[in-house]
Amino acid sequence: MVDVAAPLVAAAAKPGQFVIVCLSTDYSERIPLTIAGLDTQKGSIRLIWQAVGKSTAELANLKVGDTVENILGPLGKPTHIEKFGTVVCVGGGIGNAPLLPIARGMKEAGNKVISILGARNKELLILEDDFKAVSDEVIIVTDDGSYGRKALVTEPLEEICKGASKPNLAVAIGPGVMMKFCCATTKKYNVPTVVSLNTIMIDGTGMCGGCRVEVGGQTKFVCVDGPEFDGHLVNFDLMMKRMNAYKQLEKQAMENYEQHKCRLKDIGTEAQKNSKF
Amino acid sequence: MDESTKHLNELLAKHKAGILKPADRYEIPPQAMPAQDAIARRSNVSEVATGYTETQARLEALRCLGCKNAPCVAGCPVKIRIKDFIAPIVEGDFKKALDIIRENSLLPAVCGRVCPQEVQCQLPCTVGKKFKDVDKSVSIGRLERFVADWGRKNHDKTNPKIAPSTGKKVAVIGSGPGGIVVATDVRRAGHDVTVFEAFHKTGGVMVYGIPEFRLPKAIVREEIEQLKNMGVKIVCNFVVGRTRTIKELIEEDGFDAVYVGVGAGLPQFMGIEGEHLVGVYSANEYLTRANLMRAYDFGKGADTPIAMSKRVAVVGGGNVAMDSARTAVRLGAEKVYLIYRRSEKEMPARVEEVHHAKEEGIEFHLLRNPKRIIGDSGGVVCAIECLKYELGEPDASGRRRPVPIQGSEFQIEVDTVIIAIGNSANPLIGQTTNGLELNKWGNIVVDEKCKTSLDGVYAGGDIVLGAATVILAMGQGRTAAAAINEYLTGK
Ligand SMILES: Cc1cc2nc3c(=O)[nH]c(=O)nc-3n(C[C@H](O)[C@H](O)[C@H](O)COP(=O)(O)OP(=O)(O)OC[C@H]3O[C@@H](n4cnc5c(N)ncnc54)[C@H](O)[C@@H]3O)c2cc1C
Ligand SMILES: Cc1cc2nc3c(=O)[nH]c(=O)nc-3n(C[C@H](O)[C@H](O)[C@H](O)COP(=O)(O)OP(=O)(O)OC[C@H]3O[C@@H](n4cnc5c(N)ncnc54)[C@H](O)[C@@H]3O)c2cc1C
Ligand code: SF4
Ligand code: SF4
Ligand code: FES
Repeated sequence: MVDVAAPLVAAAAKPGQFVIVCLSTDYSERIPLTIAGLDTQKGSIRLIWQAVGKSTAELANLKVGDTVENILGPLGKPTHIEKFGTVVCVGGGIGNAPLLPIARGMKEAGNKVISILGARNKELLILEDDFKAVSDEVIIVTDDGSYGRKALVTEPLEEICKGASKPNLAVAIGPGVMMKFCCATTKKYNVPTVVSLNTIMIDGTGMCGGCRVEVGGQTKFVCVDGPEFDGHLVNFDLMMKRMNAYKQLEKQAMENYEQHKCRLKDIGTEAQKNSKF
Repeated sequence: MDESTKHLNELLAKHKAGILKPADRYEIPPQAMPAQDAIARRSNVSEVATGYTETQARLEALRCLGCKNAPCVAGCPVKIRIKDFIAPIVEGDFKKALDIIRENSLLPAVCGRVCPQEVQCQLPCTVGKKFKDVDKSVSIGRLERFVADWGRKNHDKTNPKIAPSTGKKVAVIGSGPGGIVVATDVRRAGHDVTVFEAFHKTGGVMVYGIPEFRLPKAIVREEIEQLKNMGVKIVCNFVVGRTRTIKELIEEDGFDAVYVGVGAGLPQFMGIEGEHLVGVYSANEYLTRANLMRAYDFGKGADTPIAMSKRVAVVGGGNVAMDSARTAVRLGAEKVYLIYRRSEKEMPARVEEVHHAKEEGIEFHLLRNPKRIIGDSGGVVCAIECLKYELGEPDASGRRRPVPIQGSEFQIEVDTVIIAIGNSANPLIGQTTNGLELNKWGNIVVDEKCKTSLDGVYAGGDIVLGAATVILAMGQGRTAAAAINEYLTGK
């Protein structure tokens, strides 16, 4: 997690938007990261990421006071926030980060907010306290039961949808499979569901088409049409396949990087084991 | 002294004596463009066409008849005084030639390389007409390039005069050729100019689209340096519409006028089965990864992953398709197929690029079009299925319409498919600017002065014209800059 001074981005940013970070002008990959929080007074934005590949590991290696060469943003359409009634916010893994400002926005708009936070284990759960501050109720689940309930996020989600006070909206952000199953759950109960997609991106301005997804049978571009879509219309299977596109090469880039910087080895290999990419 | 220098000297002597007849000029052979060896260049990204020698340039210049009515000028979108710049080349006065070109074109080193001359200035050339072959026209573009390169080598940078400061502020959105021209012309009039660019590098398509082997990036960089020397401010990583909207730039940040030159946007796909498979790219994505992020240096510092493709199919017949195919060759592909649904005659790509592509071993599959893309169990491309086509009646564009031949399906084994069939308009500015009139394709509507439906907001280049050319974008930039300068004088 890091706060980055980017006054112009901070001034314009709204929940649901993201930035593209690029570590060196000549060579670096451009990686999208969600704006997890901001401080307009200090002119800074908060980024939270998981070191899953070379670029994120490199980013993790920065020290306070270092500069990130380029930050572009805020990108994407902001979340549509209004008073819906009851909103369930479902976060999986690092997906909690982009979810937080949305939960906060929903709360401020007068909604009852129920947050379901899922993680593989206790160590990987993030932002619990922040969610407590902006939710009426927080439900924690872990895959291994090391903290909260031993369950997948879809279990409590189903209970809530089935319950007496059916929610008016669900927002799910996390790994593709998680969003897919959340949507399958809410669909059964006709609860409108918003998801935020994190596809491969290059420019983030609607030029390259790398971020394309199929929504309701049509080709949409996550960077300009999204990142949020009606979860019941998204073709998650296609999206997840595309996300695997560069696995092999990314691994190679990571290995090259490791050879140069052995001290990063721990973060790198550990991250790769944990990564679902 | 070699043959051609001897030939040149004889001709020059006759020319000076005033006895070089048009018939003599017709006899001078068209000078071929020297180029890197076709095999060698498959594995490097250096420029393919290496440029005329001085002797070649002067011989080629002698082929120009200096026609009274100069039909060539009508073919040039920015109306360069062609015969007037060619005449001093004969004399060896390259400085004078350059000054004449610069009156109308700010980026001659670029246009000389990438203009589709055979359908512009060289199409109506009298010499080409005489031989009934546009390839025999005077090579105006190559001469332009020669003169511009001479200027670069001799550091002939005329620093344009800048009028005293007016205190007026102009925002230029996008640093493509249109934006560069507007920034220059508006700055010259003494206004304070800021260029906003979404990418982390400036130059637009000239940097992320057109590859190094066709347009060395150093040329574009020099032009940007020139802008900076003139006092133009350049802000990268700034997306207008998101970081700030046009309205905010005008109402809160104090900009008096805005030029929108954001270029073409979203790539079109064919809407066929399999386009979402892994290994299917839009040309924009492929070229951006290769150029801007230097995928060709993967492992040597660059870390943008791009499929290390071995068998590549490129769909389309324009410059973008040629650039993609030729880039794939340079990234190590063993087989590159170019699939185009019409015949070679209808290809919109520059003739020189088609020629170079063939030399580099790219296989052309003409009158063929994909029907679907086939993936393996992991969702990765493994083949492309095409249909054969024949040409039918002419369509609205005047070209004969390709008609599929039923039952003619065949498959080609590939691991990568690059779609290069065009772009639609970038939606961002339209989405975020109330009151900006767009046409039904999403392009910005402008009047003959490049003014949009909003006061103080001008636009040009691909976002107005759809996919156009560098020189058309520059031409519109000129028009818009003149209109902005006029508008600000009255303000
Ligand atoms: C909008 C958006 C913005 C993003 N922004 C950032 C960012 O700012 N920084 C960053 O580093 N990354 C970002 N990402 C990347 C991405 O969120 C993570 O890499 C991804 O969430 C994987 O996290 P994980 O491995 O920790 O999840 P995991 O730990 O693998 O899974 C988390 C939880 O998901 C649930 N889950 C998993 N599988 C299933 C299933 N089959 N059915 C039901 N539930 C399931 C479980 O409850 C599990 O506890 C963003 C992603 C999105 C969607
Ligand atoms: C691969 C390829 C090959 C080509 N080959 C040729 C050729 O041989 N000859 C020829 O004449 N033409 C060629 N063209 C076409 C030519 O490059 C374009 O017509 C020309 O560049 C258009 O110029 P432009 O001024 O409209 O801006 P562009 O060059 O399109 O640049 C627009 C700039 O605006 C930036 N931008 C976009 N949105 C925003 C925003 N919201 N805020 C800030 N900045 C933004 C973009 O990042 C970009 O840098 C080719 C195009 C491609 C893609
Ligand atoms: S700018 Fe282009 S069209 Fe005009 S003379 Fe030069 S090469 Fe020809
Ligand atoms: S038409 Fe051809 S020969 Fe005549 S002036 Fe132009 S370039 Fe020269
Ligand atoms: S990231 Fe390039 S079009 Fe969306």
